[in-house]
Amino acid sequence: MLKQVEGSVAVAEAVALCRPEVVCAYPITPQTHIVEGVGALVKSGALENCEFINVESEFAALSVAIGASAAGARAYTATASQGILFMAEAVYNAAGLGLPIVMTVGNRAIGAPINIWNDHTDAMSVKDAGWIQLFAETNQEAVDLHIQAFRLAEELSCPVMVCMDGFILTHAYERVDVPSQEEVDAFLPPYDPVQVLDPADPYSIGAMVGPDAFTEVRYLAHDKQLQALQLIPEIASVFKDVFGRESGGLLHAYRTEGAETIVVALGSVNGTIKEVVDAMREDGTAVGSVSICSFRPFPLAELKAALAGARNIVVVEKSLAPGLGGVVASNVRMAMQETPRPVHTVIAGLGGRPITTASIRRVVTAATAGDLPDVHFLDLDEAVVAQEIARAKATRRSGPAAENILKHLASAKSTDNAGALS
Amino acid sequence: MTEESALQRVKFYQTGTHTVGNRLMDDAARSVQASMDRSNAITSGHRACQGCGEALGARYALDTAMQAAGGQLVAVNATGCLEVFTTPYPETSWQIPWLHSLFGNAPAVATGVAAAMRRKGRDKVKVVAQGGDGGTTDIGFGCLSGMFERNDDVLYICYDNEAYMNTGVQRSSATPPAARTATTPALGDAPGNVFGTGKNMPLIAMAHNIPYVATASVADLHDLEAKVTRAMSVSGSRYIHIMVPCPLGWGSAPCDTIRIARLAVACGLFPLFEAEQGEVVRISKIRRPVPVEDYLRPQRRFAHLFKKGHEDKKRLAVIQRMADSNISRFDLLAEGGTS
Ligand SMILES: Cc1ncc(C[n+]2csc(CCOP(=O)(O)OP(=O)(O)O)c2C)c(N)n1
Ligand code: SF4
Ligand SMILES: [Mg+2]
Repeated sequence: MLKQVEGSVAVAEAVALCRPEVVCAYPITPQTHIVEGVGALVKSGALENCEFINVESEFAALSVAIGASAAGARAYTATASQGILFMAEAVYNAAGLGLPIVMTVGNRAIGAPINIWNDHTDAMSVKDAGWIQLFAETNQEAVDLHIQAFRLAEELSCPVMVCMDGFILTHAYERVDVPSQEEVDAFLPPYDPVQVLDPADPYSIGAMVGPDAFTEVRYLAHDKQLQALQLIPEIASVFKDVFGRESGGLLHAYRTEGAETIVVALGSVNGTIKEVVDAMREDGTAVGSVSICSFRPFPLAELKAALAGARNIVVVEKSLAPGLGGVVASNVRMAMQETPRPVHTVIAGLGGRPITTASIRRVVTAATAGDLPDVHFLDLDEAVVAQEIARAKATRRSGPAAENILKHLASAKSTDNAGALS
Repeated sequence: MTEESALQRVKFYQTGTHTVGNRLMDDAARSVQASMDRSNAITSGHRACQGCGEALGARYALDTAMQAAGGQLVAVNATGCLEVFTTPYPETSWQIPWLHSLFGNAPAVATGVAAAMRRKGRDKVKVVAQGGDGGTTDIGFGCLSGMFERNDDVLYICYDNEAYMNTGVQRSSATPPAARTATTPALGDAPGNVFGTGKNMPLIAMAHNIPYVATASVADLHDLEAKVTRAMSVSGSRYIHIMVPCPLGWGSAPCDTIRIARLAVACGLFPLFEAEQGEVVRISKIRRPVPVEDYLRPQRRFAHLFKKGHEDKKRLAVIQRMADSNISRFDLLAEGGTS
């Protein structure tokens, strides 16, 4: 049914349509509305046969989900930012145990400095934990990816993280088609676990494995991700048959035919990028874009094919590997090993900074002209940074950098205002 | 697992009148462990040290829980000695469904298992979570308190050997004052562990007003079984704290595990009691009280207190006062007993 709803509410409804049996909740912005939404559906009776458990930490949230999943229940939780780090040990554990938990991540920056706004640092911090990571471009896709995620997770017995940009998607009111229960039931069979805690057939799950077998067990985790590379497009295609909509898959290529420069990104920023692509194409610049939906497994072959004709690749990413540059860009480069060409990293949107069409257009133009450095920080206030670096060099007790920068910005603003008044 | 090992026959060992149950008792009063029908939840062949109190306590506790649950039991285990010595994969001693996730999350994982069983219409399946003192009083403390506060339907058992044994005997918040561990060496002016304020987990559990809390000891296995049986007869969160001497960590003779556990109770340092809804309802009286020295002396972790000619009388007196305060707080002395 088409409705105008908040992204979080739509996702909560989609999760409920998947009939989870255990949902664990712990609040963190911007994920709160999702678990509140599921909780309300349980409390009102709209979602039957579901335990909604308010726990004391994210570590407990995922641990409860681990126990529930191992005992054969469909388990779900959601988190963001600091919450992911707080549960990090359990994130690896869920994957290691092969438990098909689905978790929403309302992507948010990680502190210090504490910051509640959107970027992808949280998801990137656990990118190699063994979970499948899907990134939604729109709220419609967020809804659809959750429904696909349960099926994917359970077919592979592997946990799936559905990432949606904090605030930009979680708090945005958009038109979303929330499917009917019948449609979802037709698409998603009941959970049939490959291992389960059952007194009639007792297993020991989670035992210690030594050097004799650890590599093989880890290899299987890799193999599972390779299987997911096959399964993700298959599931997206079955989804299309049932729901009549294209959603998910490994990546979405947009106007890449004949494109000299291709912009690669994850998540909602692809909407802005497509706008720039359209505008620049109109001006006669050969630009295209690729939105990576499945970051883990990483679709090396598909990306290579999508980028084949481009001379320049610009990765716009909301995460930073300090001391290296881009996280996503490093992965993209792997896809381009046999056909090397410039892969630029553009670090953008950290801690919720808006990524504008003007800024994207500027970097694409620079890349096309061969003027874009390997690593570029979009809209970085270089004067402020230079001043703080100089201050730190000059005085030993230079104080907290974050506050110094805020003070500088505030004083710059007040002199601006003073100028405007006089 | 081969058919034969899965059905391994019960082996009997003579471990004293308090354990297997002497033949003079009538059938109903005999221990679960004495029964041909005991489940052998943790079967033989595991790799615990000789004289391991934890292995003994866990075997009695789980076989009793199995009996109470009519065989419908799932165990969740925190990381620690019990987890490691029972499951050097692909071998496992567990003949019941068993799940190990992490060191600090056993209570939460158990909550999840219990929730799933309820939703799957398998309410008959009961859940036991277990961990060492480190897993319980330190790293898993938050998850345990959360489980208590929600009153989730789990029996949590803490096997208290008073240190992080699995990693080589480091201090935990359950390590007693003056004890030597790898991180509280017997060096300097005040050798061994500090004299802190303590962290009494059973009392903390009681402060959550959960239906059932008990302390137990491998010194009295009949009592331990009775407490597990009682705990299994109620629903909601239940907590049993079992003292389990560790010959390796305590520096005691493997053959002395039961004797030392008994002395811990007899001197008053480890009171045995039960509490319901936050109130103490039963205590085990001490019939033959002993000075703390009798308990401390056979353990090398306290050897520095008894150096020839340099006996640490001052600190011994403080430990004796701790025992005395337990004795008066829990009214431990039996009629006619003397301390
Ligand atoms: C997060 C984490 N920190 C530390 C460890 C290392 N570790 C494993 S077992 C253990 C000691 C367990 O002590 P306790 O809970 O008292 O059980 P015991 O071995 O004494 O029975 C430690 C420190 C770990 N596995 N995980
Ligand atoms: S170290 Fe202690 S607790 Fe661990 S197996 Fe040996 S005796 Fe048991
Ligand atoms: Mg211990």
